[in-house]
Amino acid sequence: MTHLDTIAGLSAQLAAGKLSSVELTQTLLERIGKAQSTLNAFVTIDADGALAQARAADAARANGSAGPLTGIPIAHKDVIMTAGLRTTCGSRMLENFVAPYDAFVVEGLKNAGTVLVGKTNMDEFAMGSSNETSYFGTVKNPWNVAYVPGGSSGGSAAAIAARLVPGSTGTDTGGSIRQPASLSGICGLKPTYGVCSRYGLIAFASSLDTPGPFARTAEDCALLLNAMAGHDARDSTSLERPREDYTRDLEQPLAGLRIGLPREYFGDGIDRDVAAAVDAAIAQFKKLGATTVEIALPAVRLSVPVYYVIAPAEASSNLSRFDGVRYGHRAAHYTDLLDMYKKSRAEGFGAEVKRRILVGTYVLSHGYYDAYYLKAQQVRRLIADDFRRAFEQCDVIAGPTAPSAAFKFGAKSDDPVQMYLNDIFTIAGNLTGMPAISIPCGFTTDGLPIGLQLQGDYFREARILQAAHQYQRATDWHARVPKDFS
Amino acid sequence: MALSLDDVHRIAHLARIEIDAAAAREVHAKLEAIFAMINELQAIDTTGIVPMSHAQEMSLPLRDDVVTESDRRDEFQKLAPAVADGLYLVPKVIE
Repeated sequence: MTHLDTIAGLSAQLAAGKLSSVELTQTLLERIGKAQSTLNAFVTIDADGALAQARAADAARANGSAGPLTGIPIAHKDVIMTAGLRTTCGSRMLENFVAPYDAFVVEGLKNAGTVLVGKTNMDEFAMGSSNETSYFGTVKNPWNVAYVPGGSSGGSAAAIAARLVPGSTGTDTGGSIRQPASLSGICGLKPTYGVCSRYGLIAFASSLDTPGPFARTAEDCALLLNAMAGHDARDSTSLERPREDYTRDLEQPLAGLRIGLPREYFGDGIDRDVAAAVDAAIAQFKKLGATTVEIALPAVRLSVPVYYVIAPAEASSNLSRFDGVRYGHRAAHYTDLLDMYKKSRAEGFGAEVKRRILVGTYVLSHGYYDAYYLKAQQVRRLIADDFRRAFEQCDVIAGPTAPSAAFKFGAKSDDPVQMYLNDIFTIAGNLTGMPAISIPCGFTTDGLPIGLQLQGDYFREARILQAAHQYQRATDWHARVPKDFS
Repeated sequence: MALSLDDVHRIAHLARIEIDAAAAREVHAKLEAIFAMINELQAIDTTGIVPMSHAQEMSLPLRDDVVTESDRRDEFQKLAPAVADGLYLVPKVIE
């Protein structure tokens, strides 16, 4: 059952000649095609392109020039530009946009020999926590199709949960990798800001946007990150650091690991099943040799209001480029240039995107900048200072990824503030720029997956991947398969 | 700092998004709820706190002043709704 295997497992099978990339790609393309009407995880499926890449991967392997990712089928979130293959950003604005170049992370994974099967569905312009804002329809949660898969990278998460691909990419601006990983029962890693270049991402909030991998295991996330990280002069915020092998510490035991437990993550408002699963996970870590220490992150409760000033402010500026002139949707009828801008943008953007542009425009407008934007940036520092202090006492911070498991379609879509609160535990990772992973740690009584978040200090990806990997060696939550996709 | 319905029309104009009266009323109610949440920040004492504009304390790098891009105008202009003779076409702005 090749579709159930991990990247590491498939890589071994490919290396041993037990499986070809063409066979694997064909199997997965068939599954993708069948699942599309149920899950809607993909916006674009590129069967011909994928098979051509798979043939090339098999040829490279025959030549002896294969790496660990050669011939592994993956998918990219549709906010990440792929030369020659449509990139919609989940929006009518870019319904027919074909990018003229590859994003840095696309180049990296291509050079590593991966096979791109298609582009995954997402909340429009990555703005959402449920995949309900996509112009191309909602993505369903493979564990129960009446529930959301999380967002904004919901298609990437659902595709892995349903065993359609073993790995995919996402972007995380306020939790858009970790929250859907949690709600869909898979792993999602947000690296340190600046570790993966943003070149070729369609920008949402530039000081927060972070590309990262999705997979079923921490080990697979490490393998993908190895191909996605690196310095890139085309992104001025890309960091110049020595190359790392993110798999290097995976097999190290956890004895001596200090886990910080912020009391703010375990208070009111956490679903009972989520709290119980997270407590059990922490008990498991203790069995593996970790110790726990209570820490305080008093300013973290302000993450959501800070985020909903900073992210919309940056978005209102970034999305001003969509004016119907150089690319994207242009209205069919207009009277003059101003009318063309206004109608093109009114038609091209959906309701949530427009709301956030309006919030951002307001907080940056004359007379309000200091009260909102500057204030939010000051509180952002208070939050980052909390984390810096906390990491003097511990190596990783553990807690729930989201306050509840997946919710039903429509449950929060009329109340933006309720929707935003879903990201209460993930946003701080973006405001600080520190890395974090979400891994499966249990199920609710309704059979919906629960995610555990492990946060690390700057550049401690290898540490949190090691902790996650050791936990996954001792547990099997990550190996559970939704019954309709076994 | 209450946000009025007039503010909604003003910022929609600044953001170049057409909005009719009904849509403005609807979005106004949602923006009021969002700003009620955001306004929590006003109660926080941030005297003397240096604003954090970025996740990494870094200075912007400068590259050598040399041409690195090739001319891909035709390729880029294929993405545009309307072009002619290498120019992007927009409605007439000068009488």
